[in-house]
Amino acid sequence: MNAPVLATRDLNKSFGSLVVASGIEIALPAGVRYALIGPNGAGKTTLINMVTGMLRPDSGSILLGADDITALSPEQRVRLGLVRTFQINSLFPHLTALESVTLAVCERRRVARTWWRQLTAYRDEIDEAYDILTALTLAPVCHRRTRELAYGQQRLLEIALALAAKPKVLLLDEPAAGVPREESKELFAAIAGLSRDITVLFIEHDMELVFRFASRVIVLVGGRVLVEGTPAEIAADERVRAVYLGKGHGEPRRG
Amino acid sequence: MIVSAVSVLFDGFAYGMLLFLLSVGLSVTLGMMNFVNLAHCTFAMIGGYVTVTLMNHVGWPFLATLPIAFIGAAAISVVFERTMFHRLYRASELDQCLLTIGVVFVSIAATAYIFSTSQQPVSLPNYLRGSINVGPMTFGVYRIFLIVFALIVSAALIGALEFTRFGAQIRAAVDNQRMARGLGINVDGAFAIAFALGSGLAGLGGALAIDVVGLDPSFALVYLVYVLIVVAVGGLGSIGGTFVAAMLLGISDMAGKYYFPAIGSFLIYLVMISLLMWRPSGIFGRR
Amino acid sequence: MALSAPAPAGPLQYLEAQARWRPIELVFWLATLLPFVLTPSYLVLASQIAVTALFAMSLDLILGYAGIVSLGHAAFFGFGAYTAGLISKWGWGEPLTGLVLAGFAAGLLGYLFSFIIARFRHLALIMITLGFGLLLEEAANSANWLTGGADGLQGVHMWPLFNTFQFDLYGYTAYSYALIALFLCFLLSRRLINSPFGLSLRGIRENIVRMRAIGAESRPHIRTIFTIAAVMAGVAGAILTQSTETVSLGSLDFQRSADILVILILGGTGRLYGGLIGAVIYLIARDQFSGINPQYWYFPIGILLILVVLFLPNGILGGLSEMVNTERGQRWFGWLTSSSWRGKSP
Repeated sequence: MNAPVLATRDLNKSFGSLVVASGIEIALPAGVRYALIGPNGAGKTTLINMVTGMLRPDSGSILLGADDITALSPEQRVRLGLVRTFQINSLFPHLTALESVTLAVCERRRVARTWWRQLTAYRDEIDEAYDILTALTLAPVCHRRTRELAYGQQRLLEIALALAAKPKVLLLDEPAAGVPREESKELFAAIAGLSRDITVLFIEHDMELVFRFASRVIVLVGGRVLVEGTPAEIAADERVRAVYLGKGHGEPRRG
Repeated sequence: MIVSAVSVLFDGFAYGMLLFLLSVGLSVTLGMMNFVNLAHCTFAMIGGYVTVTLMNHVGWPFLATLPIAFIGAAAISVVFERTMFHRLYRASELDQCLLTIGVVFVSIAATAYIFSTSQQPVSLPNYLRGSINVGPMTFGVYRIFLIVFALIVSAALIGALEFTRFGAQIRAAVDNQRMARGLGINVDGAFAIAFALGSGLAGLGGALAIDVVGLDPSFALVYLVYVLIVVAVGGLGSIGGTFVAAMLLGISDMAGKYYFPAIGSFLIYLVMISLLMWRPSGIFGRR
Repeated sequence: MALSAPAPAGPLQYLEAQARWRPIELVFWLATLLPFVLTPSYLVLASQIAVTALFAMSLDLILGYAGIVSLGHAAFFGFGAYTAGLISKWGWGEPLTGLVLAGFAAGLLGYLFSFIIARFRHLALIMITLGFGLLLEEAANSANWLTGGADGLQGVHMWPLFNTFQFDLYGYTAYSYALIALFLCFLLSRRLINSPFGLSLRGIRENIVRMRAIGAESRPHIRTIFTIAAVMAGVAGAILTQSTETVSLGSLDFQRSADILVILILGGTGRLYGGLIGAVIYLIARDQFSGINPQYWYFPIGILLILVVLFLPNGILGGLSEMVNTERGQRWFGWLTSSSWRGKSP
């Protein structure tokens, strides 16, 4: 596959005099795991918001495969396979884990508008949801309401919801954010277990995650791409070190 | 033709000024804390009844009752805010609506019990009665007084907002509450004061309204609708927006009643819906 | 809330158990037949309770399940009421066809309006629904050549249902008619809630941003449920007209919208039965205290609203549900409420 599965061309965005994105160009080949790092305020989440359609860029374009998706709504982009998770959990508090994922599956399969048939008649959709939850070790708690789950489990549910949409490109916004060490094992396993068919870009501050899972790293500073390379190259890069003021591996996870 | 048009404009302007006084408090508190206080006009009503009681039972002159109406409404609002409202600042809009509607219901019933349901008469002092003739046109003295008074209050408000530290705190809290807190501004304290001031203004408005639209227990609900329209259309937290919206509503209402009496308030609601569809955050709103 | 019993075999079985009829529901519906035997002199009141219950249930569909706060839902109730009245006045007094037509008319109005309300949230939405209700009220008031204005619609006369059952002062026909309509609409709502569509509605209510992020278009969902709710409200209004042979402005004024909101909140939103319970309690209480000046009736209602919001946020059903979910509650009432299906909250 030569063409990148996700690419941006000269993406720009400012809020008044505050420039949050300047000439951003990225190109993700299929199946690769990319990490997007940078200090706080560098514009990482803004970039994700523009790519997913929640924020309109001032100029530039976004391409999914060969298609220009810049004008599409977020829902349309999801349907084309561009899916994200949220840094701060955005879940359905009173729905159970199973209900949440089943909802996502039903929406994807376009059966969510049928009001005359019982949900229990949709065995395939329920099974698919259950399988996703099982793969993420959430099966034992699938009947618990989301608000009753442990924080680490909720982070896993974030990913489960994204997977239910059968993404081609998955954007993870700080998946490990706020997860205590004891609960992060399942999370790391989940990220490692993501299918190679999915291209993954994740924003992270946790360098351990970056080094374990990313094969390439993009460094964003002040709305611009500073440098791009393998984790080893990035770790050795003087400019990157300077930006992080020498904190390196020991950098705190959340700013 | 022109005479009636000017007359409608004048009356509409006066009515609009009244609506402004009644609404500005709600706009600011909604903008600051997003707290939907449907009991706002209850405080207006309380101000009105304070004036009535002081004038008819204690014999005070009209102008002297106005500060007391302000203080009385403000004081009672503080009681409500401290005992009940502050618990719901983080609650859903629906819960806030329901609680404050409950307060409205209670206040209407209590007022009906204490004061009966009939209109409360208020006899204005002689110097506020009658009208002035300018050429072919007649202007009611009381309405002139209303306009002047409200303009002075508006100027004071805007001055306070722009030039005092407290005003700056309020503007900051309306703009971005989290940031304001982060800067060390005591948002809760500022809100409590703003809430009291806004309710006091409503009380003042209620007292001033007696001669224009009358006063009975249903005031708290009937004028709530108008106030909500002004606030929603003008934009939350925007004094200028509230002013413009109040003018628009006052003049449209007068014009509607004068030129199209058959349609009545239909026009107002249609205008409101259209304006909200065009600008869901209000004309000057931010969110 | 933890499950008191271990989860059954698989996810499908659990969801099926959720949707099953519970004993207490059967008790409830059997109890609705009691007025025929126990209190036959109150059948007229019973039919009004049934009408109000249907109206409240329709509001629950949009408020409790989709999260749309509407201060103008009486617009559809009144529209259905007036449509049914006018059809009869203009010569066609057959109840069932009139009912269907009125429901259809209200549904059409709801469908058109749904395009507007699906685009807004929060205060703008509340204001627009309020404005819409007031607009219709003003229109009905002004168009007194059509509606009879403040005097109400004159000349409504219904033919006997199925050519045998006449609507009369005794209320047998009225209550049966209203009860059957309520039950059928309830079955429909229940089916809807337990469908994938019902799940999407709850998703919209819980987190509309997330819905977009899973590729769901919320607006068509909102338009659909709003239309269905409008049809049901219109049917309720039509039944009221047909069984009482009058229509007045009170069927679509703000008071009616506010009352039904209070009733639903009282009973508890998102449980389908909340509106039914609320209607029963509210109307019986109002009937009992009807001697009191109507002005003062709103005093206890106001107090009740305040108390419910502060202390019983999920209404009476929510409070009962919490009581039943304690250990003692499970021992005593567990058999009545085995398994649970609900719109929201523990």
